[in-house]
Amino acid sequence: MDIKELADGVIRGEKRSLARAITVVENNPGGTRELLGYIYPHTGGAYIIGVTGSPGVGKSTLVYSLARYYRSLGKKVGVLAVDPTSPFTGGAILGDRIRMSGGEIDQGLYIRSLASRGHLGGLSEAASDALALIDAAGYEIILLETVGTGQAEVEVMRFAHTVLVTLVPGLGDEIQAIKAGILEIGDVFVVNKADRDGVDKTVLEIEMMLDLAPLVSYRPRVIRTVASKDEGIEELVKEIERHKEHLIASDALNQKQMYMAEERVKDILIRRVSAYVLDRAGTDLDIAMQDIASRKKDPYTAAEEILKDWFEEA
Amino acid sequence: MTRTIKVLVTKIGLDSHDRGAKIIARAYRDAGMEVVYTGLRQTPEQVMQAALEEDVDVVAISILSGAHSILVPRVVKLLRDEGLDDVLVLVGGVIPEDDIPELKEAGVKEVFGTGSNTDEIIAFTRQNVRRV
Ligand SMILES: Nc1nc2c(ncn2[C@@H]2O[C@H](COP(=O)(O)OP(=O)(O)OP(=O)(O)O)[C@@H](O)[C@H]2O)c(=O)[nH]1
Ligand SMILES: [Mg+2]
Repeated sequence: MDIKELADGVIRGEKRSLARAITVVENNPGGTRELLGYIYPHTGGAYIIGVTGSPGVGKSTLVYSLARYYRSLGKKVGVLAVDPTSPFTGGAILGDRIRMSGGEIDQGLYIRSLASRGHLGGLSEAASDALALIDAAGYEIILLETVGTGQAEVEVMRFAHTVLVTLVPGLGDEIQAIKAGILEIGDVFVVNKADRDGVDKTVLEIEMMLDLAPLVSYRPRVIRTVASKDEGIEELVKEIERHKEHLIASDALNQKQMYMAEERVKDILIRRVSAYVLDRAGTDLDIAMQDIASRKKDPYTAAEEILKDWFEEA
Repeated sequence: MTRTIKVLVTKIGLDSHDRGAKIIARAYRDAGMEVVYTGLRQTPEQVMQAALEEDVDVVAISILSGAHSILVPRVVKLLRDEGLDDVLVLVGGVIPEDDIPELKEAGVKEVFGTGSNTDEIIAFTRQNVRRV
């Protein structure tokens, strides 16, 4: 496959090229480096909205509803939805698309599912590069749905400009979520399924928790939606807009871009270096393993000895 | 480099039984493949769009409604029109023996009746997937 040709197709905004390019970043590290080199100068135009929350709260339904709303404003919209890989078989069922079909074929909407492939943190290793590709293809809004473990999927903060934390009424769910540290990652709190009993109580509880949170320059708000009926979406989009304006006005957007860039390059460095180290350690590692398992050496000493050998050589 | 096989499992036609589709989706997952499941009542256009956007290797269509001789060839034609020539198309469901040749003629690689077991479908998929 010719990577340059593929990159040109992505930049021209062709869906087929974009789709194939995302497959490259999922599977082929060499191709990924080349591809990113070509497309990166064309990124930076997209506004990325992360959507997180426990399983079944309505993330996909909400994403699709938001996508259609932004489409009605004439924006090109990309969707990236991550689902978990089975740790036992390596396979995955990616079901988010079930909530995202219906309606006419829309050339201005691109939807892609990714499997997490053992990556922790609510996304997949390829997610960041996939976002860059969708961005380079000219999509102005990108909606990023996390796996939805119910834990704080902190990683979404590194890739999204605005993070929506989605909750539902009842079940004491909100308190659990808040304990799991979700309060800190949300820029907007969405109480979806607002057609159910107990919405007021849930909203109140989240408001209370937000009031008790450490004082920061921006106080998130709580928005009610019924995603399955497209209700509350306009208010939600206004709230996303309010957060975006805050980011711009306070220079936080620049800081955020720097933070994202730093995290990204560190990530790549760590991955490259650790692959190099493990590769080079090769047989030393096998010997160390034996020594540690038989209690001849402790793991710290064994690691130290491997490193010492290398540095003396140099 | 071997990569994970990606399969679109989809249900076309108007009936509302997706038990068979779900069984095959799970079987593919358990065989280590990544399965995009679209749910019920997809149109041929939607199936093509999903296959294109997801860049799948295989489109597995489940159909019970009897409209297969119109809908299935339409899916294949839409895929080929978009240049998705290397996508393996499989059909499962209640298909009368007499209708199978014309589906294969249209570009379906194999048709699996309700009696087929999932091991057979998975082995066939592995052997016939064209992109590696
Ligand atoms: N009553 C009600 N049901 C809703 C609403 N939004 C979504 N649902 C339903 O909730 C169920 C789960 O919705 P999804 O959008 O798949 O939820 P999700 O959070 O993406 O789920 P996972 O990706 O599996 O974690 C579906 O049956 C939806 O139809 C809503 O506002 N009200
Ligand atoms: Mg979902």
